[in-house]
Amino acid sequence: MEFRFASIFGENYESADDPEETFASHENEPTTESTVGVSWKPKAGVKVDRRLVQVLKESTSSLQRSMVHDYLLTLAACNTVVPTRIKLTSSGNLEMEVANAADDEIQLVEYQGESPDEQALVAAAASYGYTLVERTSDYIVIDVLGQRMTFELLGIHEFDSIRKCMSLIVKCPNGQVKVLVKGADSAVLKKIALSEKTTHIAGERQAQVLLDTQMHLGMYSNQGLRTLVVGVRELSDSEFTNWQRLYAKANASVSERATLLQEAAQAVENDLILLGATGIEDKLQDGVPETISTLRDARIKVWVLTGDKQETAISIGFSCALLTPDMQQIIINASDKQQCHDAIKAAKEAYVQVENRYWTFRASGRIYDFETELPGSPEKVTELSTRPFLQRMKLESFRSINSSRADSGRSRHDRLLALIIDGNSLAHALDKDLEQELFDLATACQVVICCRVAPLQKAGIVSLVKRKSKEMTLAIGDGANDVSMIQMADVGVGLSGQEGRQAVLASDFAMGQFRFLQRLLLIHGHLNYRRLGYMVLYNFYRNAVLVMLLFWYTLYTAFSTSPAITQWSLVLYTVIYTSVPTIVVAIMDRNLSPQTLLKYPGLYKSGQQNESYSRLLFWLTMLDTLWQSLVLFYVPYLTFRHSTIDTWSIGSIWIISVVILVNLHLAMDVEHYTWITHLAIWGSIVATYICLIALDLLTDDDSLVYYGTIFNIAGTASYWLDIFLIIVIALLPRFVVKLVKQKFWPSDVDIAREEEILKG
Amino acid sequence: MVVGVIFIPIGIAALLASRSVVEIIDEYQTACIPSNYTSNDQRVQYIQDFTTDKICTRLLTVPKYMKKPIFVYYQLENYYQNHRRYVKSRSDKQLLYGEGASLADTETCKPKQLLDDQPIIPCGLIAWSLFNDTYSFTISGNAVPVNKKGISWKSDRYHKFGNVYPENFPNNLPNNENGSLIGGSSLDLNVPLNEQEDLIVWMRTAALPTFRKLYGRIEQDLKAHTQLTAQINNNYNTYSFRGKKKLVLSTTSWLGGKNDFLGVAYITVGTVSIFLGLAFFIVQWKYPRPLGDISYLSWNQKPATS
Repeated sequence: MEFRFASIFGENYESADDPEETFASHENEPTTESTVGVSWKPKAGVKVDRRLVQVLKESTSSLQRSMVHDYLLTLAACNTVVPTRIKLTSSGNLEMEVANAADDEIQLVEYQGESPDEQALVAAAASYGYTLVERTSDYIVIDVLGQRMTFELLGIHEFDSIRKCMSLIVKCPNGQVKVLVKGADSAVLKKIALSEKTTHIAGERQAQVLLDTQMHLGMYSNQGLRTLVVGVRELSDSEFTNWQRLYAKANASVSERATLLQEAAQAVENDLILLGATGIEDKLQDGVPETISTLRDARIKVWVLTGDKQETAISIGFSCALLTPDMQQIIINASDKQQCHDAIKAAKEAYVQVENRYWTFRASGRIYDFETELPGSPEKVTELSTRPFLQRMKLESFRSINSSRADSGRSRHDRLLALIIDGNSLAHALDKDLEQELFDLATACQVVICCRVAPLQKAGIVSLVKRKSKEMTLAIGDGANDVSMIQMADVGVGLSGQEGRQAVLASDFAMGQFRFLQRLLLIHGHLNYRRLGYMVLYNFYRNAVLVMLLFWYTLYTAFSTSPAITQWSLVLYTVIYTSVPTIVVAIMDRNLSPQTLLKYPGLYKSGQQNESYSRLLFWLTMLDTLWQSLVLFYVPYLTFRHSTIDTWSIGSIWIISVVILVNLHLAMDVEHYTWITHLAIWGSIVATYICLIALDLLTDDDSLVYYGTIFNIAGTASYWLDIFLIIVIALLPRFVVKLVKQKFWPSDVDIAREEEILKG
Repeated sequence: MVVGVIFIPIGIAALLASRSVVEIIDEYQTACIPSNYTSNDQRVQYIQDFTTDKICTRLLTVPKYMKKPIFVYYQLENYYQNHRRYVKSRSDKQLLYGEGASLADTETCKPKQLLDDQPIIPCGLIAWSLFNDTYSFTISGNAVPVNKKGISWKSDRYHKFGNVYPENFPNNLPNNENGSLIGGSSLDLNVPLNEQEDLIVWMRTAALPTFRKLYGRIEQDLKAHTQLTAQINNNYNTYSFRGKKKLVLSTTSWLGGKNDFLGVAYITVGTVSIFLGLAFFIVQWKYPRPLGDISYLSWNQKPATS
């Protein structure tokens, strides 16, 4: 988060990029210098505008000067940031305590706040010499250009999503009672006093300031900045008394406190003098554009659900490569349900059904019109994700859905569509009767950006996609407002950033940076999908093959379920004979190296296309299992049909055969050998032999029956020839199918693997 | 391919081994009952009648020269020696320690655990149903001795059966004394179990419902076309479950007895492998696809195809 622009009383100030100017404002404020300079190390670099500094240096009490004063005062005071003093203890530990103004030996001050926005604002104010030094529930101490000023805190109306602003009622050192307001432009601009009503000296210029400010706001948001509007109001004694009554009543109330507080707030949050606006840059994290384009290559749909303004969201969309100029944008911001319905409908008609035409789409008065043919549009609509916007460390929300199958009817266009819809429209569009329409439209678009979205709406959108499609959803976000969405999605990813730990605590995966999502999905997601899919099939196979073998034997024991295989071996089969390779392969196997996976994001769609696990694969595996178990049973059966073979001997052949078979089956499918894999597989076979020999040497009561079996049977040629034959016949079909498939109908993964192996 | 190359020689060797084995099989369960017993019920009656002498003479012709040792087996069919309850009806502790085994140790032997409240040694259904047909052979009146020593596994003799003498064995009672039928052979009460090899062989229960058990060895060569007379004591009741009884004389090879299966299977698998290998190479040669050519990746292919 970085403070970039200030529009103060119709005047635009930009934080200069010239580092030399950074501390210009502090030249004549030694006190501030010492406090701020030391304490602000991380944020000392907030750049200042020389013009603004000049204004501050004017000792004259010009109108502009006093407006700037109020403006910076509001930035510094109107927030919930708590200054914290940090000092290094002798033991080297960082010790933090709430800063205390009485303590003159402040060395470092750090601001702790609920939102990074506020921290950025406070930091900015500090750079201009308005340093927040101490905050308690009764007063606020601000170091104004080197002078400690104490403001009595009379009341706080905290931010809520209905008012969309926050206000502070303070008593200035000179006895004036002021209302300081900071909030979203849509909310605060409505409360501005027009000139004829105001009594303030600045009143006559309000209309002009309003126009200028609005212009600046538009400019900021088009640059992807977050905007806030700042206003102030002086309260007369009677107004103050009136408010105080309401406020006290609200605070005393038990049941309707929130409502009463709102009333109190409304009593003072009007007739404001517009001071100006702020533009805060919500910096993208490193690698965001690359990550998004990679995800799109992997056929993941990215949806952004953000609380930002529409213009901000679009601008961020461009800066993170989500939107490209050749995309057709469909913008919907409708104020009532009917309008919303019409807009969605019209959009569907225009884009979803009609192909190959260029359209200008109009909804609620805005027209956006861009498009171009895009090369190679995906025929499969596969997933979506929504993403938020990110400042240095922040993303609000993100979700991705992967699906496997092409959604035939929906994405027939040759161009990419982007749907941009705001929170108001969404509120209507998520109604039962409209949600299907919205879903159809949204899934036809490659990009969906929802702006001004309330936290619950985020979850609503995720749930819409989950309900209406079979796709998987992933939500990623870093703020408390993303929690409901993260919990709703199939996979929730929390980013730990400046916005606290709520998102992380609610998530399935926690990461530090948005770009790690590439690795999470493309590498870990891909590899784990393959392993998991394979392991599910393999474990079904591994157990079914033994059970089927026992079953076939039952047919020849007058259905008496007589076990040929020793009880111990039946137990050890899962525990020792075949377990370790399963675990090792499940953990270590990987079909492709991370480099290859990142190089070809398209490989991710192997999961979307159910390449590793599907009903067909399951039944094919079961068929293979059936074949293998029949081979296992009938080869020894036919060999020893008319022989002196006894139950335990044939059981001994079966158990060793099934173990070797199952392990070789796995060995054949392993795609990445390490010495551990080798050790596990061959070691298991050796271990099985050792166990079998040991079991046949036991002389306790229950095991005596088996005594010596393996030594007698292993001495015959038939034993070895049988095992060899079983392995080859049993694995032959699988081997052939696998080879032919790789050779003549290779999947992308197969080709990438060959390339990787050939190129070493 | 490689599989084929390895398998075919193994298959041929196995097949030759199997073919070199000379086998004489004589199914006698019907022939050894006088022809006036036609229905199965009558046959059961006949075999259960302990008063008749059931000696039966069979004439066997040696088809080819048989080199010693010639193994004498009896083969039973439709005989489920692997039935769960049958297999469990034994007490290995008792076989090893005799009277040292407690009543609890022989619990599994029920219903052949006790006889008149005295423990049966060896107890259980397996021992009780010991096969009791006997064979002897003559060539032109000269006896051909059958060596019945060493027909069981050493490990069984030395480790599983102790120096235990049979006691209270129901089959040793005079017939019908206690109103029940005998199960099979009696045991020599003066010979310890670990020397009664017929019992040891029998108690290594067969895996499959058709099985052979070694009866003994003939330690002399038999010339082709020799007429061998087998005198059979047809005592064992397989009639009540319509089981077949066969007398088998067989030589042996490195692979064991006569069984073409392994040889045929190896040759078949080998052939199939070679065929598949060839087919694969031909297809590969006709429709080559360079390995690891990334232009075959699906997203690289699309513009060309669509």
